[in-house]
Amino acid sequence: MTVPSSPALAIRGLVKRFGEKLAVDHLDLDVPSGSFFGLVGPNGAGKTTTLSMATGLLRPDAGEVRLHGIDVWQDLVAAKRQVGVLSDGVRLFDRLTGRQLVVYAGLLSGLDRDTAVARTNDLLQLLDLESAGGTLVVDYSAGMTKKVALACAMVHAPKVLVLDEPFESVDPVSAANIRDILVGFVRSGGTVIVSSHVMDLVQRMCDRVAIVAGGRVLAAGTTDEVRGESTLEDRFVELVGGRRTGEGPAWLHT
Amino acid sequence: MVAHLIRLRFLLLGNMLRRSPWQIVATVLGGLYGLGVLALVVAGLVALGFAPLELARTITVLGGALVVAGWVVLPLIASGTDQTVDPARLARFPIRPTTLVVALTASGVLGVPGIVTSIAALASALTWARHPLAAVVAVPSVALGVLVCVIGSRLAVALASGHLGGRRAQERRGLLVLIPLILLGPIIVGLSSLVRSAPAVWPSVAAVASWTPLGAAWAVPGDVAAGSVGIAALHALITVATVVLAALAWRRALARALETPARESSSGVSHAGLGLFGLFPGTPTGAVAARALTYWVRDPRYSRSLVIIPLVPVLLAFYSTTTRNPGMLVATGPLVALLLGLSIYTDVSYDNTAFALHLQKGASGRADRIGRVVALAVFAVPVTILLAIGSIWYLGSWSALPGVLGLSLGALASAFGLSSVTSARWAFPVPAPGDNPFRARPGGGFSLVLTTWGTWGALAVLASPELVLAAVGAATGSALLEWLALAVGLLLGCALLVVGVRWGGAILDRRGPELLAQLQEQK
Repeated sequence: MTVPSSPALAIRGLVKRFGEKLAVDHLDLDVPSGSFFGLVGPNGAGKTTTLSMATGLLRPDAGEVRLHGIDVWQDLVAAKRQVGVLSDGVRLFDRLTGRQLVVYAGLLSGLDRDTAVARTNDLLQLLDLESAGGTLVVDYSAGMTKKVALACAMVHAPKVLVLDEPFESVDPVSAANIRDILVGFVRSGGTVIVSSHVMDLVQRMCDRVAIVAGGRVLAAGTTDEVRGESTLEDRFVELVGGRRTGEGPAWLHT
Repeated sequence: MVAHLIRLRFLLLGNMLRRSPWQIVATVLGGLYGLGVLALVVAGLVALGFAPLELARTITVLGGALVVAGWVVLPLIASGTDQTVDPARLARFPIRPTTLVVALTASGVLGVPGIVTSIAALASALTWARHPLAAVVAVPSVALGVLVCVIGSRLAVALASGHLGGRRAQERRGLLVLIPLILLGPIIVGLSSLVRSAPAVWPSVAAVASWTPLGAAWAVPGDVAAGSVGIAALHALITVATVVLAALAWRRALARALETPARESSSGVSHAGLGLFGLFPGTPTGAVAARALTYWVRDPRYSRSLVIIPLVPVLLAFYSTTTRNPGMLVATGPLVALLLGLSIYTDVSYDNTAFALHLQKGASGRADRIGRVVALAVFAVPVTILLAIGSIWYLGSWSALPGVLGLSLGALASAFGLSSVTSARWAFPVPAPGDNPFRARPGGGFSLVLTTWGTWGALAVLASPELVLAAVGAATGSALLEWLALAVGLLLGCALLVVGVRWGGAILDRRGPELLAQLQEQK
């Protein structure tokens, strides 16, 4: 396996402001090529905003994003060839069947039809969606919707996968399958960046991790470096704070 | 609880206004217009007090019945419906359906249309100023009349957008409601032309209406003024019964909605293969076209336009016979072209945030624009040509064919170009995917009406050369002008189409992320 010299994702001084609120505050982040990278942070930490800006979906107010050396906001199309995105909280074209949706995603990214169809069949099989390929996505369960969105992200064989909350509402078996697929993807030289709330999962799955809060990176490095002696969850709580002692208001205890 | 929900309603209105200054402009304009109409109505009702009793009775009953009918029907057609406090969103709170009925009724009465109706209704008490007893009776009876309006309207919306049955059944029902609504015009014209032929019919129409839920409430004061207390009591009884029954039916619908909020049923219907994706070229443009055309069939927000198209010639045929002006039929082709061409002017807004896929995959703006136009053109061009030729064939005026064809195709192509620019530049507050096509986004109604007028006006300007040529050609009988209209329509239309697609594509390439952010904001 050859490791390209440039990092898969390099973010410098990224800023995004929504009205009064500074969502991303001069954020710097490096994701080495070939790593399985976890981005963790509390709600409203700026994870989704950062990932949207890193993948060319949201224009930053300031800062620079490079994907394998390509300046994302200078050359959007070239950057998007490199990256597959699973956005959280974004609708899908759900009046298409699962198969049509993935083929659509493939054709949009410039694949020819035969390739798009062949890859779609592989992905549906890989994600246990084969029998649901002819069902409209609007009739899918939340977990199936997540999986078909993942297939859409992977269909054009990107070098970098950026997945926002990929395991949310996915059942344990499918989650394990998805994890295997992602591990295989990394082993073959790809880079995976996931954001998640599930610390346990990130600790087991990711070799590198960054803790984000208030639009800044609080800690980054290999998972072992970041967590030190304790678990990732404890380290996270220690860094982010906001943990409350006590058992909640008295009226809640019946 | 009732007070809470009413406060929530005003909070929602206030927050919405705070989000965009244009919403405020739209609301103020709407408010001014309403005030003007209201002042006229109040003045008219006071003046009516000096008219003969029989006339006053007829007008108050018919006017009141019309208002009730408007309350019931308008929310189904107009997209400016007041859905501020959506019962489905309240499902998770422990609120009794009865409480909800009371609260939503109160918030309906306190909304802008409710206040306007209440003021007009109370002004009708002034009509009876010369009959003190009738004036006193008028106050409670018109109050009941306002309740009939509000509850009837909510009931109609609840039934039409019904949470009864699965997604597909719901969508089909939503489309079926359209057909009688669109044919409402001919029905009313037919009835009124019948009435117009004999003006003496009006009082008897009013008499009949007064025995229906529509008119009963408004008939009570008139009955009292005329001295027939027994009939007044019967009319009052009908009114009370209407309010109670409608409230009960609405309560039942609400209870259902609360039990099964926005349920998605999986139908198990399977679509084998690739569908249209196997037919269109395997390029980004072809893929967008296949996706868009699939949506024309599967998404009720699109298929709604398809239901309207065949009704256009029917409507025009009807009006041309009633007005004895067969020439009106000529408008079929251009009118259908205009409706179809502009049906995609909010296309990206219909995608909602699903549009993110186009950005994620780096599809070019031009592929996006061309694909959407091609999907529509596949059926819009043949339908327009067929209808244009069909109308000419029916009229037998073949000499007008080039002009009509030129105008129809010119308008269609120009509308494609115009839509390609508007849908790339602005995010419009259209119903979200899966929503009832009739359900407006809160506050979206009036601004959407404004933008619709804007695009229609712009199209009128763009297509004016072929319009003038065709009209002058038809008036002077000049074959040269007719053929010129065809040539100008085709050339200018295609030029505008190319310009629109390029411009719209460039806008998407440059502002795609901003457009997505706008879509996300109103998601």
